[in-house]
Amino acid sequence: MSMTEERPLSLSQPGMLPRYRWILYGLSGVMLLAVTQQFAALPTEDLTSSGTWSIALAWSVPILLAGLGGMFSERAGIVNIGLEGMLILGTWFGAYGTVVAGPWAGMMMAGIAGAVGGLIMAAAAVGFNVDHIIAGVAINLMAPGLTRFLSDVHFSDRGGSITQSPVISGVSDFTLPILAGGTVLGWRSPDLLGAIERSGWFFLSDLAGVLRGFVFQMSWFTLLVYLFVPFSIFLLWRTKFGLRLRSCGEHPQAADSLGVNVYKYKYYGVVISGALAGVGGGFLAIQLSGVYKEGQTQGKGFIGLATMIFGNWNPLGTARGAILFGFTETLRLRDPNAAHGLLLLVVISVGLLILWRILRKRGVGTWQLAIVAIAVGYWYFNSTGVPNQLPAITPHIVVLVVLLFATSRLRPPASAGLPYRKGED
Amino acid sequence: MRAAVRIVGPPVAALLLAAAVAGLILLASGANPLVAFGNVWEYGSRLETLLESLNRATPLYISGIAFAIAMRMNLFQIGVEGQYILAAFMAAYVGAAVGPLFPPLHIAIILLTAMAVGAAWAGLAGLMKVTRNVHEVISTIMLNAIAVAGVVSFLLGRWAIPLESLDTRLADIPETGWFPSLNPVVEWFTRDIRRVDLTSFILVAAAVGVVYHLLVNRTRLGYDLRATGVNPWAAEASGVPPKRTIMLAMLLSGAVAGLVGMADLLGDQYFYSLRFPQGLGFTGIAVALVGRNHAVGAAFAAIAFGWLERASGVLEVRGDAPREVVTIMVGVVILFAVVAYALAQRRRRIEAAAAAADQMKERAIVRVGGSGDDGREADI
Repeated sequence: MSMTEERPLSLSQPGMLPRYRWILYGLSGVMLLAVTQQFAALPTEDLTSSGTWSIALAWSVPILLAGLGGMFSERAGIVNIGLEGMLILGTWFGAYGTVVAGPWAGMMMAGIAGAVGGLIMAAAAVGFNVDHIIAGVAINLMAPGLTRFLSDVHFSDRGGSITQSPVISGVSDFTLPILAGGTVLGWRSPDLLGAIERSGWFFLSDLAGVLRGFVFQMSWFTLLVYLFVPFSIFLLWRTKFGLRLRSCGEHPQAADSLGVNVYKYKYYGVVISGALAGVGGGFLAIQLSGVYKEGQTQGKGFIGLATMIFGNWNPLGTARGAILFGFTETLRLRDPNAAHGLLLLVVISVGLLILWRILRKRGVGTWQLAIVAIAVGYWYFNSTGVPNQLPAITPHIVVLVVLLFATSRLRPPASAGLPYRKGED
Repeated sequence: MRAAVRIVGPPVAALLLAAAVAGLILLASGANPLVAFGNVWEYGSRLETLLESLNRATPLYISGIAFAIAMRMNLFQIGVEGQYILAAFMAAYVGAAVGPLFPPLHIAIILLTAMAVGAAWAGLAGLMKVTRNVHEVISTIMLNAIAVAGVVSFLLGRWAIPLESLDTRLADIPETGWFPSLNPVVEWFTRDIRRVDLTSFILVAAAVGVVYHLLVNRTRLGYDLRATGVNPWAAEASGVPPKRTIMLAMLLSGAVAGLVGMADLLGDQYFYSLRFPQGLGFTGIAVALVGRNHAVGAAFAAIAFGWLERASGVLEVRGDAPREVVTIMVGVVILFAVVAYALAQRRRRIEAAAAAADQMKERAIVRVGGSGDDGREADI
């Protein structure tokens, strides 16, 4: 293997941001969507409409936060299956805080509740060296019981019920002026991207649609969360704190021998993880649903875990995965035709992947990919829609496929999931 | 005596601590914990409640055993949840589709379908592990979602029978596929039973427990499983094929997981619907943990959890508190139990290390003394 072929490794050191590659990835993604939309058997405009992408971005937030949470924890060496439970805690406390003191307080409470969940998890997994999976399962079992109990006590007499909170409203959203037609001091600025999107040029309109989705009717909270992505890169790869945290996930004995308090950093990792997942839950309840409802997380904690793996334990990769999975979920809610178009997208992407592999002379697994492409293609041309369940389980399938076919590109923290006791190997 | 304390101590301590936590929660929500516990005890000691508890303990026990089989070789098979729901769904469909048959045959077909489906779904995770080294925790989590939110949800929409009500469900399994009630037997010993049927599926659960115990402790395969669990490298070096053992453990675990839903399907509901009990797979993990993966220990744990779940219903009826106190308790029990086990194990290790150190010291003295006891030195 030559040096250039080892480049995927650089992905696991996002301290060195490959700047232009991301723009290239984004552009080719939009190109794929545009081509798919052009040739899709069922007419749709929702693959690249700003409406779709605006919602997709919002729905990606809880997944992103759960994924980043999982990443902080695993970077410190603790596998956090309890993300789902912390997300659930976040939904309830977020709604409760909003009912009592407004959305921003709700988000705070959601984060604190998640952090407390993380603290319990850390006490078990780090303090008592209990197996991480078991500690996480315990959190996942406890959280729904606790929230149901609390709902009965606090929501029943406030216009909610044992499974539901009263209706709540989130923080306001904003639309960027000039680019997407936001209002500045009462002046309705022109909507440049919107104009291009409506003009119907191939690719350019699609690109404008996707871009407009990212700047139009975006809640302030979404913006903050996405700003957290570069911040977490900075934190983990450019600060002492990050280096120490990561060293505890790679080789805790070595970290210990250099004087790092491994227990402390593992606690930090899991508590940060819980706080992020909690905020994700709060966002889901306050901003996306406008209500706390039992079972509304629908396994988003696990999807977050899947996103983290898909993103190779990196913030940028996790964000990419979160947007992808938020997108598939949005298509399910918005437009069945567009979801059907996704099948064609899969065929085209796999076809390109095969081509790329042949050009790179790496034929391994090509015939399996070809079978996948043919099967999905057959399905596409012989159906008029996809089952509504397919977009819901897309993240799970994608992660299994990634784990099955791209393991060599994945690099989890070396000691994630292993027990650690100071002074023992 | 000390051995008994060592075995029973941690889980009992965990249960008591969890009860204390539940008491605190009750107190915080404005109920009198003593009155509430008194109500639970009074309601829970009724014959009907006890039978209901056994009915709940039955699937929990099987679920715990399913998890324990894989756990014996350090495989975290947390896919029992998806496996049993998918298996129960398929078995319900097949059981209804084959129509009335000779009862043993009908039941056999249903059970075999369930076991085959469970084994196949778990086998997928096993296959991913042995061929591509995909960690079983991740693959089973993903397969859980694919089974429940994907396959079952999709097929239920297609195979549901048309109903006037809004309920989405499969057709009924004919009566020849049902497990009979054990009530006559219990009534012969006690008194008339009202509105509860103790399902005879509990006998299948007991059989699963016995087979599990014999398989793990008395067979070559069980030895291989345990050896791989303790030290995979040593086991491989001594001729245990790791891949085959992983596959077998996953298939067995999945087959048992397939039986989890059968207690409710063939002993209570007789059809699959959206309201089919969920979450048994995850509570089964608690059962296996508290019962230390032991056939008898898991039985006690399953009965304890089953009783807690059923007896707690009275809290809601009497208006003391929501019954979810118990769900919280189960989680707390797991945490405390594993912590207690971890502490006990650490203490044992420290004691063993101290004992070993003493022995070394003694030996050194013996050697310095020059009495040259070669036989004892060979003990190292």
